[in-house]
Amino acid sequence: MTGATPSSQIEKHRRFSARAVLLGLAAPVGALVFAALVCTAILVVSKHSPADVVDSMVTSAKRPRTFVIALNNATNYYLAAVAVAIGFRMNLFNIGVDGQYRLAAMLAAALAGASFMDGLPPFLRIAMTIIAAMAVGAAWAGIAGFLKVTRGVSEVISTIMLNAIATALVAFLLNPNRLAVLTGNDIHTPEITAGGQVPGIPYPGTSSATVHGLIIVAAAVGVLYWFVLARTRFGFDLKATGLSESAAVASGVNVKKMVFLSMLLSGGVAGLVGMPELLGGAHSYSLNFPPGIGFIGIAVALLGRNHPVGIAFASLLWGILDASSNGLDVSGVPKEIVAIMQGVIVLSVVVAYELVRRYRVRLEQNEVGRALGRTQVPEAVSS
Amino acid sequence: MTAGLAVGVETAPPAPRRRRISPTWYWVAAVGAVAVVALVRVFTGANDLTSRGTVQAALTAAVPIALAGLGGLWAERAGVVNIGLEGMMVLGTWGAGFAGYQWGPWAGVLFGLVMGALGGLLHAVATVTFGVDHIISGVAINLLAPGLALFLSKVYFSNAPGGGQKQSPPIRDAQHITVPGLSSWLETLERKHWWLVSDVAGLLGGLTTQVSLLTIIVVLLLIGSVFVLWRTSFGLRLRSCGEAPVAAESLGVNVYRYKYAAVIMSGALAGLGGAFLAVSSSQFRDGQTGGRGFIGLAAMIFGNWRPGGLATGAGLFGYTDAMQLRGADAVHALLLLLCIALLVLAVVQALSGRRVIAAVAAVLGLAFGWWFLVTDALPPELVGAAPYVVTLLVLALASQRLRMPKADGQVYRKGESG
Repeated sequence: MTGATPSSQIEKHRRFSARAVLLGLAAPVGALVFAALVCTAILVVSKHSPADVVDSMVTSAKRPRTFVIALNNATNYYLAAVAVAIGFRMNLFNIGVDGQYRLAAMLAAALAGASFMDGLPPFLRIAMTIIAAMAVGAAWAGIAGFLKVTRGVSEVISTIMLNAIATALVAFLLNPNRLAVLTGNDIHTPEITAGGQVPGIPYPGTSSATVHGLIIVAAAVGVLYWFVLARTRFGFDLKATGLSESAAVASGVNVKKMVFLSMLLSGGVAGLVGMPELLGGAHSYSLNFPPGIGFIGIAVALLGRNHPVGIAFASLLWGILDASSNGLDVSGVPKEIVAIMQGVIVLSVVVAYELVRRYRVRLEQNEVGRALGRTQVPEAVSS
Repeated sequence: MTAGLAVGVETAPPAPRRRRISPTWYWVAAVGAVAVVALVRVFTGANDLTSRGTVQAALTAAVPIALAGLGGLWAERAGVVNIGLEGMMVLGTWGAGFAGYQWGPWAGVLFGLVMGALGGLLHAVATVTFGVDHIISGVAINLLAPGLALFLSKVYFSNAPGGGQKQSPPIRDAQHITVPGLSSWLETLERKHWWLVSDVAGLLGGLTTQVSLLTIIVVLLLIGSVFVLWRTSFGLRLRSCGEAPVAAESLGVNVYRYKYAAVIMSGALAGLGGAFLAVSSSQFRDGQTGGRGFIGLAAMIFGNWRPGGLATGAGLFGYTDAMQLRGADAVHALLLLLCIALLVLAVVQALSGRRVIAAVAAVLGLAFGWWFLVTDALPPELVGAAPYVVTLLVLALASQRLRMPKADGQVYRKGESG
């Protein structure tokens, strides 16, 4: 880091400048443009018309029904991304959101569909379901957290293992002899009866789809995430640990406790991921339950830079891309072009962030040099 | 593993090596393990534990895992964590499907390898040139590759004869060879069900009957990797990039170039693993890899970032994989094996003075033993989790023996020494 006074002055001066805003937007916008170019190239090479694809997607996205589906997808992605972001902010990599939400949704669905729940008031049923899901998610993530603090096991490895174990566990439990029931050829947990469901919010222009009622929970999680990080001591400790572990230790942060707690928090939010869909749409857990949301969450958190508002935009973008891609297959273009686009966006956005960061460091070094009255080549100033 | 938090990692320098475990001991341990398995077989009557069919299936299952693990080994020895192995494997399966159905299995293998290498190149560009976090780049590749493979599959296979939206037309399998004479003699020996003798016969029988030429190539690749990484100056330099890149650079090693070479090689090996999957199951299918890239990574960690260890891990995981398709009593006997392994671990840890870990291992071991005694079948769904559970147990209970390359997962930039 450069000297305290000049750099903090520069920081203050720069925060509101047009250049800072431009630099902040350069990476995501550049990545989107680059991804669009790559996809255009792929479409041209595979003899499809890019214009038709865009046309089909835009037409689809304009339909209110598509937008509702996009919004519902975005709700799931948002929760997953916040769960990932909690870890990211303190340099913890919770790859296990995927396993955490699937196991949590499955067990919560089994609880919510159980017959003894029928007699309870709706509010209690819904609250119990959600709390159970959060507890399962937190417990599954807690295993990784516990191994990390007691045995130094990398959370990346342990959560990858736990994802696979969760897959096996869900397959084991989703069996008519255990927690599931069989209707026709479909294996699923018992249907959640009306009292345990969360009614959808109608959206003007469509009657066939409603916005998941639990979108409110997602919004609340976003606000809470912002509040905890920006306004509480816990959030400060968390960010400090992420920025410099040794500095955090020196200022009295109990890193082990922080790791364990943030893993529990991350897992708890991950447990929520399946809830809007479970209580608002599917009403039971089956093999058709959307998989892979945990990994999408990683992509969305990266694109949104772990910021609650940034993540909201990123998850909406992801949701719209996904929902509007469904019509592509009909028109003869594989809808996976959208998956390619999403992959390219993630990869290029992280590269772009790194390039912008390097550029910023250079600018800062130049400005410090100027402020100190010496002009040096940037490379000579050690960073 | 990553440049993440250092908390909990045992940072104290490892105690001076007491005595190096000599190769003889590995042989003793291997024979001992076979003897124990043989004992469990006799005790439980689960003859499938060491039958030649099981060994053959285990070998077929182990090869892609070993290739993914070997890919991980190359990258991580040069200091680049490669979570993208799974994605590179997916690219390999598609490449093998694409070239395989048109120009035969060997073209498929080659093309799968090239596709994997391209995935590796992408990872190298992101992590080495642009300094992106290795895990993030790997996750992105894992998101990108399946989409790309399915897109290409729909474009190229939909209208091909015998192909479909999510699968390629059939590919011919590579040649298989059997050692004449020996194979049938071993079979008669195996039928006697004698303790240890029949087990060894089953083991050798599986290794000498109907072995794919591809499998032999993979074994050669494994040996070749040991030679290149540990016996050549190229390998020494490559490993120095994973241990101390700054020091390597000061000695004139072009760290970027070695990292590029290692990560591309890593991708190529993973792609070959994917190609093996496609060729040995006679076609490309969407979702064919089924997380084997991750199991490969687990096998490498299980094997302590060493080729012999990773081969053992891949063999073990391939064995549990093969078990899922065999008799229910053999699957059930796995519980007893796990119990014995944990109890042995408990004794070893107790002897080196780690009482808490020894106690935990013993309790877990007894729990598995109890599970074995009170049930008479293990649900097949749970067997698939065995490799992951075993890896977690190794990480949790024997991690003091694990040592990964020192600068593994850290972003390195030329001229930025701490």
